[in-house]
Amino acid sequence: MQKQAASCGHIRENPRFLALVRKRNRFAFFLAALIVMAYFSYILVLAFSPKWLALPLFDGMATNTGVLFGLAIIVLTVVLTAIYVRRANREFDAETTEIRRQALK
Amino acid sequence: MSPSVRFLILAACALATAGAALAMPSVGLGPRQPTNWSAITTFIFFVGATLWMTRLATVRSRSSADLYSPGGGISGFQNGLAIAGDYMSAASFLGISGLVFVSGFDGLIFSVGWLVGWPVITFLMAERLRNLGKFTFADVAAYRFAQRPVRTFAAVGSLVVVLFYLTAQMVGAGQLVKILFGLEYAYAVIMVGIVMMMYVLLGGMTSTTWVMINKAVFLLAGTTLMALAVMFHVGFNPEALFARASDLHVLKDALMAPGGLIKDPVSAISVGMALMFGTAGLPHILMRFFTVANAREARKSVAWATLWIGYFYVLTFIIGFGAIVSLIGNPGPYFVGGKVAGGLQGGANMAAVHLASALGGDLFLGFISAVAFTTILAVVAGLTLSGASAVSHDLYATVWRKGNVRASDERRVSKLTAFSLGVVAVILGIVFEHENVAFLVMLAFSIACSANFPVLFMAVLWKDCTTRGATVGGFLGLATAVVLTLLSPVVWESALHNPVGSAPFPYASPAIVSMPLAFVAIWLLSLLDRSPQAARERLLFQDQLIRSETGIGHVALRPHQ
Repeated sequence: MQKQAASCGHIRENPRFLALVRKRNRFAFFLAALIVMAYFSYILVLAFSPKWLALPLFDGMATNTGVLFGLAIIVLTVVLTAIYVRRANREFDAETTEIRRQALK
Repeated sequence: MSPSVRFLILAACALATAGAALAMPSVGLGPRQPTNWSAITTFIFFVGATLWMTRLATVRSRSSADLYSPGGGISGFQNGLAIAGDYMSAASFLGISGLVFVSGFDGLIFSVGWLVGWPVITFLMAERLRNLGKFTFADVAAYRFAQRPVRTFAAVGSLVVVLFYLTAQMVGAGQLVKILFGLEYAYAVIMVGIVMMMYVLLGGMTSTTWVMINKAVFLLAGTTLMALAVMFHVGFNPEALFARASDLHVLKDALMAPGGLIKDPVSAISVGMALMFGTAGLPHILMRFFTVANAREARKSVAWATLWIGYFYVLTFIIGFGAIVSLIGNPGPYFVGGKVAGGLQGGANMAAVHLASALGGDLFLGFISAVAFTTILAVVAGLTLSGASAVSHDLYATVWRKGNVRASDERRVSKLTAFSLGVVAVILGIVFEHENVAFLVMLAFSIACSANFPVLFMAVLWKDCTTRGATVGGFLGLATAVVLTLLSPVVWESALHNPVGSAPFPYASPAIVSMPLAFVAIWLLSLLDRSPQAARERLLFQDQLIRSETGIGHVALRPHQ
């Protein structure tokens, strides 16, 4: 416990830790905002102008904008997740390990 | 209990259900199916095989876990499958395909909504949960707060969500057993309840992770096969599938348009909020982040889970349309009285099950039923486990006994809770017989996003949050969500038999009121909290931040320090 309290003190003043937290949070909240906005634009169209989602992609087709929009959000979900995991695995993990190594030295 | 004894008991349970089902006299009204021997044989074979594989996997995992890493020995990929297994419940499989079968496009709203909550968890919660938590999400929510009030809230919130979720699984399982074995619905639900309880009490709990992985693989394989068969019939052209379905369906062109299920703007937004943010408040899903070795594996597991779940929801959408084409195109064997107007035998939740029979005959029917049934067993085990640990670990051991508790007492409380949850779920399963199971699960999500999610989110991410704000705000959100659900059409009109249109809260989900209310209450009450304790809690945020970002201080990291 003693050692942990001490290491917390180290980290708190470590500018690299604060920079990492800020950078990671900015990135994470940005991606989260993207998916929330994409999904709620879908939901708001659904709520107030559902006929826009019933437009056929081409004349006489059964497939409509609503199906395409929905599938696009599913794809976006997977793509954004991949982008986050890639950056976190490469960049954030290395920095966290380094900060932890310094703190626990 | 040795694994082989446990397996024998489980196998006996499965056989006993089948035997009892066949011996049960047919009483009461309502359509019953004739007993379908080849389907039942396949069903029992596959349920038995799943349980057997689970047993093998449990034995193997025990030894390798001991060898490589004590505690947290599940890899990110494995845990991703387990999370997907927990999440892809029979309610999603039977419920979404049933929604598509009845309302067409509106099923896609559920598919999309249940997926978009995952990136929010990946980006903002998963790694922090792993670094702060141990057994239940209360460990995370109560990290820097007074333990007793926050844990009491977390346990109550968990129990309510688990109960709604269990009810949906009961309805799905009851209808499945009803058509497969030709049983009355009420008997089917009671029978399912007994098998579930034995499964959970006798062995389901220790091997839940491996049950989940096995059933996720089975479910993905089964639904892939079904979707491929559907697409094969339309020459792998989705346009042909949608066009043919609109031709056959009573809604005609409106099948592809929104509005079949969600009719007003308030309900659309409310359901949208519940579907997206409820995921981050599900106690049995949150527990899954504590079984991996570090934050990196937690992140990987949630990414894998997102991929599998997204794929699965695309399949359920195809399966729903496939059911329209195959079943309405040949109504004889599947509809009451052989006519579409009579309604689907066993209700619309059974669209996917009938489709299996239409595509691959009795053997495929038995296989898909077994997949759905093992899915239900596994999800129920996971749900019951999280409900039971909320009571035994949070309420009993921490709040009531203040940590002075024998492990055997804690286990007894946990089993008692599991039993009580089972009994209540059977009763609610009978009450909600005619509801769509995906809709029932959505109600569980409404409560999760109004109670557990706001408390967790604010406790982890907002430095000025205090015990008073989190507890009072959380309870306010929970109570509002529950009361408004009881006053909404699905309970007030359908379950309690009041006249249509008389529900005091006329919208599909309470989330639009209860979720903002919880957030505002937590924020306001925390700001107004000027007690010395609140000041200490705000100071502790720094320590919580360091641990949640780096994992320093977490038990599993100690050996490296």
